[in-house]
Amino acid sequence: MREARTVEIVTELDIVTARKLGRDEAKEIGFNDVDQSRITTAIGELAKNILLYARVGKIVIEEIEGDSMKGIAISSIDKGQGIAEVHKVLEDDYSSASTGAGLPAVKRLVDSIDIQSEVGKGTTVKVVKWLK
Amino acid sequence: MEQIRKQYKKILSDYIGNQSESDLYIGQNFIKRMIQKNVTPEEVISIHKHALEEIYDDIPESVLHGYDFLIEVMVHFGLKVQEHQSLLAKQEELRIEMDIAAKIQNLLLETEIPKPRSIDIGMLSIPLRKMNGDYVHFMHDDERYLSVAVTDVVGKGVPAALCMSMVKYGLDTLEYANSNPSYVLEVLNKIIEKSIDDSMFVSLCYGRYNLKTNVFTWSSAGHEPSLYYKASDQAFYDLEAKGLLLGIMPEAKYTQQDIELEDNDFVILMTDGVTDFRNREEFDSREIIKGIALENRHLSAQEMCEAIYEEMKKLHDFKLEDDFTAVIIKK
Repeated sequence: MREARTVEIVTELDIVTARKLGRDEAKEIGFNDVDQSRITTAIGELAKNILLYARVGKIVIEEIEGDSMKGIAISSIDKGQGIAEVHKVLEDDYSSASTGAGLPAVKRLVDSIDIQSEVGKGTTVKVVKWLK
Repeated sequence: MEQIRKQYKKILSDYIGNQSESDLYIGQNFIKRMIQKNVTPEEVISIHKHALEEIYDDIPESVLHGYDFLIEVMVHFGLKVQEHQSLLAKQEELRIEMDIAAKIQNLLLETEIPKPRSIDIGMLSIPLRKMNGDYVHFMHDDERYLSVAVTDVVGKGVPAALCMSMVKYGLDTLEYANSNPSYVLEVLNKIIEKSIDDSMFVSLCYGRYNLKTNVFTWSSAGHEPSLYYKASDQAFYDLEAKGLLLGIMPEAKYTQQDIELEDNDFVILMTDGVTDFRNREEFDSREIIKGIALENRHLSAQEMCEAIYEEMKKLHDFKLEDDFTAVIIKK
Protein backbone atom coordinates (compact mmCIF):
# COMPACT_ATOMS: atom_id res chain seq x y z
CA MET A 1 0.00 0.00 0.00
CA ARG A 2 1.27 3.41 -0.92
CA GLU A 3 1.88 6.20 1.51
CA ALA A 4 -0.57 9.01 2.11
CA ARG A 5 0.02 11.98 -0.12
CA THR A 6 -0.58 15.56 0.85
CA VAL A 7 -1.33 18.63 -1.22
CA GLU A 8 -1.17 22.06 0.39
CA ILE A 9 -4.07 24.19 -0.76
CA VAL A 10 -3.08 27.81 -1.13
CA THR A 11 -4.25 28.86 -4.57
CA GLU A 12 -6.82 27.64 -7.05
CA LEU A 13 -4.11 25.82 -8.99
CA ASP A 14 -3.63 23.56 -5.98
CA ILE A 15 -7.20 22.36 -6.41
CA VAL A 16 -6.23 20.97 -9.78
CA THR A 17 -3.11 19.35 -8.35
CA ALA A 18 -5.15 17.67 -5.61
CA ARG A 19 -7.72 16.50 -8.13
CA LYS A 20 -5.05 15.03 -10.37
CA LEU A 21 -3.42 13.22 -7.49
CA GLY A 22 -6.77 11.87 -6.34
CA ARG A 23 -7.75 10.70 -9.79
CA ASP A 24 -4.47 8.86 -10.29
CA GLU A 25 -4.79 7.25 -6.87
CA ALA A 26 -8.40 6.23 -7.54
CA LYS A 27 -7.45 4.72 -10.87
CA GLU A 28 -4.57 2.88 -9.28
CA ILE A 29 -6.83 1.39 -6.61
CA GLY A 30 -9.14 0.19 -9.36
CA PHE A 31 -12.16 2.53 -9.30
CA ASN A 32 -14.14 2.71 -12.53
CA ASP A 33 -14.48 5.86 -14.64
CA VAL A 34 -17.60 7.17 -12.93
CA ASP A 35 -16.22 6.64 -9.43
CA GLN A 36 -12.95 8.24 -10.45
CA SER A 37 -14.90 11.31 -11.47
CA ARG A 38 -16.86 11.28 -8.23
CA ILE A 39 -13.78 10.98 -6.07
CA THR A 40 -12.11 13.76 -8.02
CA THR A 41 -15.18 15.95 -7.74
CA ALA A 42 -15.31 15.39 -3.98
CA ILE A 43 -11.65 16.37 -3.67
CA GLY A 44 -12.30 19.46 -5.77
CA GLU A 45 -15.22 20.53 -3.57
CA LEU A 46 -13.29 19.96 -0.35
CA ALA A 47 -10.32 21.90 -1.66
CA LYS A 48 -12.57 24.71 -2.82
CA ASN A 49 -14.12 24.91 0.64
CA ILE A 50 -10.64 25.29 2.12
CA LEU A 51 -9.93 28.26 -0.16
CA LEU A 52 -13.35 29.81 0.45
CA TYR A 53 -13.58 29.49 4.21
CA ALA A 54 -10.09 28.89 5.61
CA ARG A 55 -7.89 30.43 2.89
CA VAL A 56 -5.24 27.73 3.36
CA GLY A 57 -5.18 24.08 4.36
CA LYS A 58 -4.30 20.68 2.99
CA ILE A 59 -5.79 17.67 1.32
CA VAL A 60 -4.50 14.24 2.30
CA ILE A 61 -5.21 11.30 0.01
CA GLU A 62 -4.56 7.72 1.03
CA GLU A 63 -5.41 4.19 0.08
CA ILE A 64 -7.14 2.29 2.85
CA GLU A 65 -8.02 -1.32 3.53
CA GLY A 66 -11.07 -2.63 5.35
CA ASP A 67 -12.61 -6.07 5.71
CA SER A 68 -11.39 -7.54 2.44
CA MET A 69 -12.09 -4.21 0.79
CA LYS A 70 -9.95 -1.51 -0.64
CA GLY A 71 -10.87 2.11 -0.66
CA ILE A 72 -9.72 5.66 -0.70
CA ALA A 73 -9.78 8.19 2.11
CA ILE A 74 -9.54 11.92 1.58
CA SER A 75 -9.02 14.33 4.43
CA SER A 76 -9.38 18.05 4.21
CA ILE A 77 -7.61 19.79 7.07
CA ASP A 78 -7.64 23.49 7.79
CA LYS A 79 -7.14 25.89 10.67
CA GLY A 80 -9.93 28.23 9.61
CA GLN A 81 -12.97 29.61 11.37
CA GLY A 82 -14.57 26.21 11.96
CA ILE A 83 -18.22 25.22 11.61
CA ALA A 84 -20.61 26.02 14.44
CA GLU A 85 -23.42 23.70 13.49
CA VAL A 86 -21.91 20.68 11.84
CA HIS A 87 -25.18 18.75 11.44
CA LYS A 88 -26.66 21.62 9.47
CA VAL A 89 -23.99 21.87 6.79
CA LEU A 90 -24.95 18.42 5.56
CA GLU A 91 -28.55 19.44 4.85
CA ASP A 92 -29.59 20.33 1.33
CA ASP A 93 -31.31 23.53 2.28
CA TYR A 94 -28.32 24.83 4.21
CA SER A 95 -27.65 28.09 2.51
CA SER A 96 -24.16 29.41 2.25
CA ALA A 97 -22.74 32.28 0.30
CA SER A 98 -20.67 30.00 -1.87
CA THR A 99 -21.66 28.73 -5.25
CA GLY A 100 -19.99 25.39 -4.67
CA ALA A 101 -21.88 22.14 -4.50
CA GLY A 102 -21.12 22.04 -0.78
CA LEU A 103 -20.82 19.29 1.76
CA PRO A 104 -24.20 17.65 1.07
CA ALA A 105 -22.93 16.97 -2.45
CA VAL A 106 -19.61 15.64 -1.19
CA LYS A 107 -21.52 13.31 1.12
CA ARG A 108 -23.43 11.90 -1.87
CA LEU A 109 -20.25 11.27 -3.82
CA VAL A 110 -18.67 9.06 -1.16
CA ASP A 111 -19.64 6.29 1.25
CA SER A 112 -19.01 8.07 4.52
CA ILE A 113 -18.18 11.53 5.76
CA ASP A 114 -16.86 12.61 9.13
CA ILE A 115 -16.59 16.23 10.18
CA GLN A 116 -14.59 17.38 13.16
CA SER A 117 -14.74 21.08 13.75
CA GLU A 118 -14.09 23.57 16.47
CA VAL A 119 -15.12 27.18 16.07
CA GLY A 120 -12.06 29.37 15.74
CA LYS A 121 -9.69 26.43 15.49
CA GLY A 122 -10.41 24.72 12.21
CA THR A 123 -12.10 21.85 10.48
CA THR A 124 -11.19 18.35 9.41
CA VAL A 125 -13.43 16.58 6.95
CA LYS A 126 -12.63 12.96 6.20
CA VAL A 127 -14.45 11.09 3.47
CA VAL A 128 -14.13 7.46 2.48
CA LYS A 129 -15.15 5.62 -0.64
CA TRP A 130 -14.90 1.86 -0.91
CA LEU A 131 -14.17 -0.10 -4.03
CA LYS A 132 -17.11 -2.42 -4.61
CA MET B 1 -26.27 -2.82 -12.66
CA GLU B 2 -24.74 -5.51 -14.85
CA GLN B 3 -28.17 -6.35 -16.19
CA ILE B 4 -28.88 -2.72 -16.97
CA ARG B 5 -25.62 -2.52 -18.89
CA LYS B 6 -26.53 -5.58 -20.94
CA GLN B 7 -30.03 -4.39 -21.72
CA TYR B 8 -28.81 -0.93 -22.63
CA LYS B 9 -26.22 -2.37 -24.97
CA LYS B 10 -28.87 -4.53 -26.64
CA ILE B 11 -31.25 -1.60 -27.19
CA LEU B 12 -28.42 0.63 -28.41
CA SER B 13 -27.06 -1.91 -30.89
CA ASP B 14 -30.59 -2.64 -32.16
CA TYR B 15 -31.02 1.03 -32.81
CA ILE B 16 -27.67 1.47 -34.49
CA GLY B 17 -28.54 -1.52 -36.70
CA ASN B 18 -31.82 -0.24 -38.12
CA GLN B 19 -32.53 3.20 -36.62
CA SER B 20 -36.15 2.35 -36.01
CA GLU B 21 -38.54 4.51 -34.08
CA SER B 22 -39.58 1.57 -31.96
CA ASP B 23 -36.04 1.17 -30.60
CA LEU B 24 -35.99 4.83 -29.65
CA TYR B 25 -39.27 4.31 -27.87
CA ILE B 26 -37.90 1.28 -26.05
CA GLY B 27 -34.85 3.35 -25.10
CA GLN B 28 -36.99 6.06 -23.58
CA ASN B 29 -38.97 3.56 -21.57
CA PHE B 30 -35.74 1.96 -20.45
CA ILE B 31 -34.41 5.22 -19.03
CA LYS B 32 -37.47 5.37 -16.79
CA ARG B 33 -36.41 2.06 -15.30
CA MET B 34 -32.90 3.38 -14.85
CA ILE B 35 -34.24 6.41 -13.00
CA GLN B 36 -36.22 4.10 -10.75
CA LYS B 37 -33.05 2.20 -9.97
CA ASN B 38 -31.37 5.51 -9.08
CA VAL B 39 -28.93 5.34 -11.96
CA THR B 40 -27.37 8.80 -12.14
CA PRO B 41 -26.77 10.81 -15.35
CA GLU B 42 -23.00 10.24 -15.25
CA GLU B 43 -23.58 6.52 -14.91
CA VAL B 44 -25.84 6.56 -17.97
CA ILE B 45 -23.02 8.11 -19.98
CA SER B 46 -20.55 5.58 -18.65
CA ILE B 47 -22.94 2.76 -19.56
CA HIS B 48 -23.28 4.27 -23.03
CA LYS B 49 -19.55 4.61 -23.47
CA HIS B 50 -18.86 1.01 -22.47
CA ALA B 51 -21.69 -0.30 -24.62
CA LEU B 52 -20.21 1.49 -27.63
CA GLU B 53 -16.78 0.12 -26.82
CA GLU B 54 -18.22 -3.39 -26.79
CA ILE B 55 -20.21 -2.96 -29.96
CA TYR B 56 -17.28 -1.49 -31.91
CA ASP B 57 -13.64 -2.30 -31.42
CA ASP B 58 -12.41 0.53 -33.58
CA ILE B 59 -13.65 3.60 -31.73
CA PRO B 60 -10.96 6.28 -31.82
CA GLU B 61 -9.37 7.05 -28.44
CA SER B 62 -10.27 10.70 -28.93
CA VAL B 63 -13.99 9.87 -28.92
CA LEU B 64 -13.62 7.85 -25.73
CA HIS B 65 -11.79 10.76 -24.10
CA GLY B 66 -14.71 12.88 -25.15
CA TYR B 67 -16.97 10.56 -23.19
CA ASP B 68 -14.70 10.75 -20.17
CA PHE B 69 -15.05 14.50 -20.31
CA LEU B 70 -18.83 14.20 -20.46
CA ILE B 71 -18.87 11.82 -17.47
CA GLU B 72 -16.81 14.33 -15.52
CA VAL B 73 -19.07 17.28 -16.20
CA MET B 74 -22.21 15.25 -15.66
CA VAL B 75 -21.20 14.39 -12.09
CA HIS B 76 -22.51 17.77 -11.02
CA PHE B 77 -25.69 17.18 -12.97
CA GLY B 78 -26.14 13.96 -11.04
CA LEU B 79 -25.62 15.79 -7.78
CA LYS B 80 -28.32 18.27 -8.69
CA VAL B 81 -30.70 15.46 -9.52
CA GLN B 82 -30.06 13.83 -6.16
CA GLU B 83 -30.46 17.12 -4.35
CA HIS B 84 -33.75 17.62 -6.13
CA GLN B 85 -34.95 14.19 -5.11
CA SER B 86 -34.05 14.78 -1.50
CA LEU B 87 -35.83 18.14 -1.50
CA LEU B 88 -38.91 16.49 -2.98
CA ALA B 89 -38.90 13.99 -0.14
CA LYS B 90 -38.60 16.83 2.35
CA GLN B 91 -41.44 18.67 0.67
CA GLU B 92 -43.60 15.62 1.03
CA GLU B 93 -42.85 15.54 4.76
CA LEU B 94 -43.88 19.17 5.04
CA ARG B 95 -47.06 18.51 3.14
CA ILE B 96 -48.03 15.78 5.56
CA GLU B 97 -47.27 18.07 8.49
CA MET B 98 -49.40 20.80 6.95
CA ASP B 99 -52.30 18.40 6.54
CA ILE B 100 -52.10 17.52 10.21
CA ALA B 101 -51.83 21.19 11.18
CA ALA B 102 -54.88 22.02 9.09
CA LYS B 103 -56.84 19.24 10.76
CA ILE B 104 -55.85 20.51 14.19
CA GLN B 105 -56.81 24.03 13.18
CA ASN B 106 -60.20 22.86 12.03
CA LEU B 107 -60.76 21.19 15.37
CA LEU B 108 -59.58 24.23 17.32
CA LEU B 109 -61.59 26.73 15.37
CA GLU B 110 -64.72 24.68 15.02
CA THR B 111 -67.75 26.78 15.78
CA GLU B 112 -71.32 25.67 15.89
CA ILE B 113 -73.86 27.78 14.09
CA PRO B 114 -76.52 28.63 16.69
CA LYS B 115 -80.11 27.92 15.80
CA PRO B 116 -82.32 30.28 17.80
CA ARG B 117 -86.01 30.21 16.99
CA SER B 118 -86.49 33.82 16.00
CA ILE B 119 -83.69 34.26 13.47
CA ASP B 120 -82.01 32.28 10.73
CA ILE B 121 -78.22 32.14 10.64
CA GLY B 122 -75.96 30.91 7.87
CA MET B 123 -72.18 30.71 7.68
CA LEU B 124 -69.61 29.67 5.12
CA SER B 125 -65.83 29.88 5.51
CA ILE B 126 -63.62 28.45 2.78
CA PRO B 127 -59.84 28.66 3.11
CA LEU B 128 -57.78 29.46 0.04
CA ARG B 129 -54.93 27.20 1.08
CA LYS B 130 -54.96 24.49 3.69
CA MET B 131 -54.97 26.81 6.66
CA ASN B 132 -57.75 29.34 7.10
CA GLY B 133 -56.89 32.98 7.84
CA ASP B 134 -60.55 33.76 8.46
CA TYR B 135 -62.45 32.74 11.50
CA VAL B 136 -66.05 32.90 12.67
CA HIS B 137 -66.88 32.62 16.34
CA PHE B 138 -70.44 32.31 17.62
CA MET B 139 -71.61 32.64 21.19
CA HIS B 140 -75.10 31.89 22.29
CA ASP B 141 -75.13 31.32 25.97
CA ASP B 142 -78.49 32.56 27.09
CA GLU B 143 -81.94 33.11 25.77
CA ARG B 144 -81.37 36.75 25.18
CA TYR B 145 -78.12 37.34 23.34
CA LEU B 146 -76.30 35.79 20.49
CA SER B 147 -73.01 37.14 19.25
CA VAL B 148 -70.81 36.58 16.25
CA ALA B 149 -67.25 37.59 15.44
CA VAL B 150 -65.97 37.52 11.87
CA THR B 151 -62.22 37.75 11.75
CA ASP B 152 -59.60 38.08 9.07
CA VAL B 153 -55.88 37.97 9.73
CA VAL B 154 -53.91 40.09 7.29
CA GLY B 155 -51.68 37.44 5.79
CA LYS B 156 -52.34 33.85 4.87
CA GLY B 157 -51.18 30.37 5.64
CA VAL B 158 -49.48 29.14 8.77
CA PRO B 159 -48.61 32.52 10.39
CA ALA B 160 -52.20 33.67 9.99
CA ALA B 161 -53.47 30.41 11.41
CA LEU B 162 -51.27 30.66 14.50
CA CYS B 163 -52.42 34.21 15.05
CA MET B 164 -56.00 33.11 14.64
CA SER B 165 -55.74 30.62 17.49
CA MET B 166 -54.89 33.54 19.72
CA VAL B 167 -57.93 35.51 18.60
CA LYS B 168 -60.04 32.47 19.33
CA TYR B 169 -58.75 32.16 22.88
CA GLY B 170 -59.18 35.90 23.37
CA LEU B 171 -62.82 35.53 22.36
CA ASP B 172 -63.21 32.45 24.54
CA THR B 173 -61.99 34.30 27.61
CA LEU B 174 -64.62 36.99 27.06
CA GLU B 175 -67.07 34.21 27.54
CA TYR B 176 -70.44 35.92 27.54
CA ALA B 177 -72.49 36.76 24.51
CA ASN B 178 -73.93 39.80 26.23
CA SER B 179 -70.66 41.78 26.30
CA ASN B 180 -70.70 45.09 24.50
CA PRO B 181 -69.12 44.80 21.04
CA SER B 182 -66.93 47.87 21.58
CA TYR B 183 -65.66 46.41 24.85
CA VAL B 184 -64.87 43.08 23.19
CA LEU B 185 -62.81 44.81 20.53
CA GLU B 186 -60.89 46.87 23.06
CA VAL B 187 -59.96 43.79 25.07
CA LEU B 188 -58.98 41.78 21.99
CA ASN B 189 -56.95 44.69 20.69
CA LYS B 190 -54.88 44.76 23.88
CA ILE B 191 -54.27 41.01 23.78
CA ILE B 192 -53.27 41.03 20.14
CA GLU B 193 -51.14 44.15 20.37
CA LYS B 194 -49.10 42.54 23.14
CA SER B 195 -48.73 39.14 21.60
CA ILE B 196 -48.08 39.40 17.90
CA ASP B 197 -45.37 41.01 15.92
CA ASP B 198 -45.82 44.29 14.11
CA SER B 199 -46.28 42.80 10.69
CA MET B 200 -49.54 41.15 11.59
CA PHE B 201 -52.94 42.73 11.88
CA VAL B 202 -56.37 41.41 12.46
CA SER B 203 -59.62 42.87 11.22
CA LEU B 204 -62.70 41.89 13.11
CA CYS B 205 -66.37 42.64 12.99
CA TYR B 206 -68.28 41.84 16.13
CA GLY B 207 -72.05 41.76 16.25
CA ARG B 208 -74.43 41.08 19.10
CA TYR B 209 -78.03 40.23 18.48
CA ASN B 210 -80.66 40.75 21.12
CA LEU B 211 -83.17 37.99 20.53
CA LYS B 212 -85.82 39.74 22.61
CA THR B 213 -85.70 43.17 21.00
CA ASN B 214 -84.16 42.21 17.60
CA VAL B 215 -81.56 44.91 18.03
CA PHE B 216 -78.28 44.14 16.30
CA THR B 217 -75.34 45.97 17.82
CA TRP B 218 -72.07 45.97 15.96
CA SER B 219 -68.57 47.24 16.20
CA SER B 220 -65.75 46.88 13.73
CA ALA B 221 -61.97 46.98 13.74
CA GLY B 222 -60.89 47.82 10.22
CA HIS B 223 -63.21 45.19 8.83
CA GLU B 224 -65.10 45.06 5.57
CA PRO B 225 -68.41 46.89 6.27
CA SER B 226 -71.35 44.55 6.67
CA LEU B 227 -74.35 44.84 4.40
CA TYR B 228 -77.76 45.47 5.91
CA TYR B 229 -80.88 44.87 3.88
CA LYS B 230 -83.96 46.66 5.10
CA ALA B 231 -86.96 44.99 3.54
CA SER B 232 -89.37 47.88 4.21
CA ASP B 233 -87.08 50.25 2.25
CA GLN B 234 -86.13 47.55 -0.27
CA ALA B 235 -82.63 48.91 0.06
CA PHE B 236 -79.16 47.99 1.30
CA TYR B 237 -77.14 50.02 3.79
CA ASP B 238 -73.46 49.71 4.64
CA LEU B 239 -72.82 49.16 8.32
CA GLU B 240 -69.82 51.43 8.45
CA ALA B 241 -67.71 51.80 11.57
CA LYS B 242 -64.46 53.60 12.03
CA GLY B 243 -62.18 51.42 14.08
CA LEU B 244 -58.50 50.70 13.76
CA LEU B 245 -57.32 47.18 12.89
CA LEU B 246 -56.57 45.11 15.98
CA GLY B 247 -52.95 44.97 17.07
CA ILE B 248 -51.81 48.44 16.01
CA MET B 249 -52.36 50.70 19.00
CA PRO B 250 -52.84 49.42 22.55
CA GLU B 251 -55.22 52.24 23.51
CA ALA B 252 -57.43 52.14 20.43
CA LYS B 253 -61.09 52.88 21.11
CA TYR B 254 -64.03 51.36 19.32
CA THR B 255 -67.57 52.59 18.94
CA GLN B 256 -70.73 50.55 18.52
CA GLN B 257 -74.01 51.15 16.78
CA ASP B 258 -77.47 49.62 16.76
CA ILE B 259 -80.02 48.68 14.15
CA GLU B 260 -83.34 47.00 14.69
CA LEU B 261 -84.09 44.10 12.42
CA GLU B 262 -87.62 43.62 11.15
CA ASP B 263 -89.12 40.69 9.29
CA ASN B 264 -87.23 39.80 6.09
CA ASP B 265 -84.32 42.08 6.97
CA PHE B 266 -80.88 40.54 6.87
CA VAL B 267 -77.26 41.41 7.62
CA ILE B 268 -74.30 40.00 5.70
CA LEU B 269 -70.99 39.96 7.56
CA MET B 270 -68.01 39.04 5.42
CA THR B 271 -64.27 39.20 5.03
CA ASP B 272 -62.56 41.09 2.24
CA GLY B 273 -61.95 37.76 0.52
CA VAL B 274 -65.60 38.01 -0.52
CA THR B 275 -65.39 41.48 -2.01
CA ASP B 276 -61.84 41.61 -3.27
CA PHE B 277 -61.34 41.55 -7.01
CA ARG B 278 -57.65 42.19 -7.18
CA ASN B 279 -57.28 42.42 -10.91
CA ARG B 280 -60.78 43.45 -11.87
CA GLU B 281 -61.23 47.07 -10.92
CA GLU B 282 -64.27 47.37 -13.14
CA PHE B 283 -66.30 45.17 -10.79
CA ASP B 284 -68.19 46.82 -8.00
CA SER B 285 -68.17 43.69 -5.92
CA ARG B 286 -70.40 44.98 -3.16
CA GLU B 287 -73.07 45.77 -5.75
CA ILE B 288 -72.68 42.28 -7.16
CA ILE B 289 -73.11 40.73 -3.72
CA LYS B 290 -76.20 42.85 -3.11
CA GLY B 291 -77.62 41.59 -6.39
CA ILE B 292 -76.94 37.94 -5.55
CA ALA B 293 -78.36 38.34 -2.04
CA LEU B 294 -81.48 40.06 -3.30
CA GLU B 295 -82.09 37.40 -5.90
CA ASN B 296 -81.75 34.66 -3.31
CA ARG B 297 -83.41 36.32 -0.32
CA HIS B 298 -86.22 33.76 -0.32
CA LEU B 299 -83.66 31.04 0.51
CA SER B 300 -82.35 30.16 3.97
CA ALA B 301 -79.42 32.14 5.34
CA GLN B 302 -77.13 29.15 4.79
CA GLU B 303 -78.27 28.72 1.20
CA MET B 304 -77.73 32.43 0.60
CA CYS B 305 -74.12 32.16 1.80
CA GLU B 306 -73.59 29.25 -0.53
CA ALA B 307 -75.19 31.09 -3.45
CA ILE B 308 -72.87 34.06 -2.91
CA TYR B 309 -69.87 31.76 -2.78
CA GLU B 310 -70.84 29.94 -5.96
CA GLU B 311 -71.52 33.15 -7.88
CA MET B 312 -68.31 34.84 -6.72
CA LYS B 313 -66.34 31.75 -7.62
CA LYS B 314 -67.76 31.90 -11.12
CA LEU B 315 -66.88 35.58 -11.44
CA HIS B 316 -63.32 34.78 -10.40
CA ASP B 317 -63.10 32.06 -13.02
CA PHE B 318 -63.06 29.57 -10.14
CA LYS B 319 -59.81 30.95 -8.78
CA LEU B 320 -60.53 32.86 -5.58
CA GLU B 321 -57.50 34.72 -4.28
CA ASP B 322 -58.28 34.87 -0.59
CA ASP B 323 -59.99 32.99 2.19
CA PHE B 324 -63.75 33.43 1.78
CA THR B 325 -66.05 33.92 4.74
CA ALA B 326 -69.64 35.11 4.90
CA VAL B 327 -72.19 35.08 7.72
CA ILE B 328 -75.84 35.94 7.18
CA ILE B 329 -78.26 36.78 9.94
CA LYS B 330 -81.81 36.86 8.72
CA LYS B 331 -84.95 37.88 10.56
